[in-house]
Amino acid sequence: MRTKLISFVLLCGFAAGALATPQIQHWQAASGARVYFVEDHNLPMLDVAVSFPAGSAYDKADKKGVAGLTHGLLDLGAQGMNEDDIARKLADVGARIASSFDADRSAVTLRTLSSQAERDVALDILARVLQQPLFPQEVLAREKARLVASLREAETKPEFLSEKAFGKAVFGTHPYGWQSEVKDIEKIQRDDLQAFFRSHYGAKDAVVALMGDVSRQQAEAIAQQLTAQLPQSGSVASLPAVAGLQAGYELRIPHPASQSHILIGAPGIARNDPDYFPLYVGNYILGGGGFVSRLMNEVREKRGMAYSVYSYFMPMQQPGAFQIGLQTKNEQVDEALQVVRKTVHDFVAKGVTEAELRAAKQNIIGGFPLRIDSNRKILDYLSVIGFYDLPLTYLDDFQISIEQVDVRAINDAFRRRIDPDAMATVIVGGQAAGETK
Amino acid sequence: MRFYAFCWGLLIAIGAQAEVFEQTLSNGLKVIVKEDRRAPVVVQQVWYRAGSMDEKTGVTGVAHVLEHMMFKGTKAVPMGEFSRRIAAAGGRENAFTSYDYTAYFQQLHKSQLELAMKLEADRMHNLNLSDQEFAKEIRVVMEERRWRTDDDAHALLDERLMATAYQEHPYRNPIVGWMNDLKNMTADDARHWYQTWYAPNNATLVIAGDVDAKQVFALAKKYYGRIRAGKLPARKHYEEPAQLGIKRIVVKAPAELPHLVMAYHAPTLRDVEKDWQPYALSVLAGVLDGNDSARLNKSLVRERQVATSIGAGYANTSRGPTMFSLEATPAAGTSVEALEAAIREQLQMIVRDGVSEEELRRVRAQVTAAEVYKLDSLFYQAMQIGQIESIGLSQHDLPVMLKKLQAVTAEQVQAVARDILRDDQLTVAVLDPQPLAADKPQQGGHAHAH
Repeated sequence: MRTKLISFVLLCGFAAGALATPQIQHWQAASGARVYFVEDHNLPMLDVAVSFPAGSAYDKADKKGVAGLTHGLLDLGAQGMNEDDIARKLADVGARIASSFDADRSAVTLRTLSSQAERDVALDILARVLQQPLFPQEVLAREKARLVASLREAETKPEFLSEKAFGKAVFGTHPYGWQSEVKDIEKIQRDDLQAFFRSHYGAKDAVVALMGDVSRQQAEAIAQQLTAQLPQSGSVASLPAVAGLQAGYELRIPHPASQSHILIGAPGIARNDPDYFPLYVGNYILGGGGFVSRLMNEVREKRGMAYSVYSYFMPMQQPGAFQIGLQTKNEQVDEALQVVRKTVHDFVAKGVTEAELRAAKQNIIGGFPLRIDSNRKILDYLSVIGFYDLPLTYLDDFQISIEQVDVRAINDAFRRRIDPDAMATVIVGGQAAGETK
Repeated sequence: MRFYAFCWGLLIAIGAQAEVFEQTLSNGLKVIVKEDRRAPVVVQQVWYRAGSMDEKTGVTGVAHVLEHMMFKGTKAVPMGEFSRRIAAAGGRENAFTSYDYTAYFQQLHKSQLELAMKLEADRMHNLNLSDQEFAKEIRVVMEERRWRTDDDAHALLDERLMATAYQEHPYRNPIVGWMNDLKNMTADDARHWYQTWYAPNNATLVIAGDVDAKQVFALAKKYYGRIRAGKLPARKHYEEPAQLGIKRIVVKAPAELPHLVMAYHAPTLRDVEKDWQPYALSVLAGVLDGNDSARLNKSLVRERQVATSIGAGYANTSRGPTMFSLEATPAAGTSVEALEAAIREQLQMIVRDGVSEEELRRVRAQVTAAEVYKLDSLFYQAMQIGQIESIGLSQHDLPVMLKKLQAVTAEQVQAVARDILRDDQLTVAVLDPQPLAADKPQQGGHAHAH
């Protein structure tokens, strides 16, 4: 229902006592890459993810879009194989390469059968894709054209327009608010990709996650196989700090759609923020808890004004957004806005109740087993723990941290961190728009 | 819910390692339990054999509206309490409506299964459908329609394609319902729907996870067993009249790029042993679009660069008829007509020259691997059982279907392409993109109807 919440799931841990958490093995490969491994022989398959600090926020201001295209072209031609060889050979052994890309992280994942014949072929392809991508000139030209076409299409969609304007409103000139434009894409050259690859896909910055049906010894060999030939570049420079918003801001962008897309928010928290747990639990109560949150209750259950309404913190390397979102028909935008704003104001001013806190803890702690019930989910945890340098005991510590949150901590954290009067509001929709009411 | 979505997964079955148990209660409720002890979790799904295809003219969308109303409380469990109790048990829950069925689910720690069963059984027969809650929820559903369909050019194109391809069959109506029907719907329409279709003898209960089948059967009997069987109305049999020639439509909506969908009426699986065309069509979809180097993407996106994206789809299991479809977005400088011609050329090549053994082997390898990967998702495994049972086949058919799929020959793929991909069976829908400024409609444009 809400794709944005998916990455959030990764943060929601628990453990201790009742539920055994996966035993994470960790080491550094000879290449310098950090490796996180869970050995599990229940299913005859292996999942691998390799992550780099090479997301869109690592673009240079005058070369936006390079990080994304570098990531996108990794599996479209590598030493000894063109893009069709890669796709065909993977399909022949039933393996799948997928990838994920956000402002912080560029990752390539592989799912393969663990039987040796299939696994060897799949890992050999992944090793070449990661370490010897070719970025062929003609493939780059085609992918640029496809990207330009999809950007032009996206520019007609209210979701995209609202996200883009929101990013700019919340992050200003910080790269978290960047969205590459057609003109950025058009000027990207093959050299740009090669240079970005050399500087941002270094072995020392790589995080390898392995989950499944191989032994420790095999896992060690695989991690080395996937990273030994990566560039030996120095560590990537850290991202700039995010400035907070000083005043409220509202932007209306006209659009012919029947619904307006509304986003409200401000810079939120980083992964390592000490207020993380109180804000996480508090947000469950405000707008994170599916059908039982305050926003859902006020906007949808009581008034029937929207199908989806939510809030979340997106913890990143630097503070990511705190974001509230909903879609509602144009005629009732102002009424819906009023309801959302009052809900947030009341939440920050009056705080949460003991009963709400209890229900939130019950859900977050009680639902923890669902967050580690598949190889795929555990693999994602391994990547996040490695990439953000979280403790190996992260899953076990989580329940304790949630348990320790009290009403006062939530109310205090929200009052310090969320100023309802200093948030950005973006509304896309309504033909009469443009004016600020 | 998009009709051309891939349904590879749904026709793939797991054989020996599955511990699946089945029992039918005296009130007609079929209970299927899949034991899987990999993690201490459980999923409950209740599947009602009532979807949008069971609706009548004027009340389209009522199956989905009722799905929303099912969260509005009973005598014993007041408004909002269902979701609160599931949440407090650490659970996740939701529901979905399709053309063929409506299903409800919860995922929880295994210790909470009884709570979920008690709550789900309660709303099977005690739903409190108030005028007041209906009046609010119907507005939510209209917002959902605006979001899913009215403001989404490709979804609109799909909707109008279905309404054109089918003339008699209720698949012509969108699952979410036509807006005018939603505006005129009453709480009584929802009550009538609930009273007609929500009965144990019209449902399948699927429970999968770290459970003991015997205990689950006992719990099912305890909570669901006391619900009285309903008197189900006779179901209408629809026979879509033969299409007599190609159909073409244009849909205008705000967008930048045109989009093309071509959909051929195609057979669906009825007799899993004797039918062969549905299996051959599934393999055909894999040969055309099963991986990035499959024919369509390789030829039309990568080599000739006449499309920016392309896909083929075929769902071989459904209560009603089905279609084999292709969709694509033309690249800059390529007209929709040229793209359609290029796609037809690809299809003709298969009709003329057939497919290679290598391509078949590749599809089989992917199917085999998918069987293993499937085991990583408990929810999906339960879904597959519920879906196959709800469309009139049995979960016992799943291994047979897998075997048949793997046995498809190159000759069969060629024969089915020849038999099914014919113009008289075809509907072509084209999105004619309109500029955002509504007062300046674009003249002409790249898309044309013939």
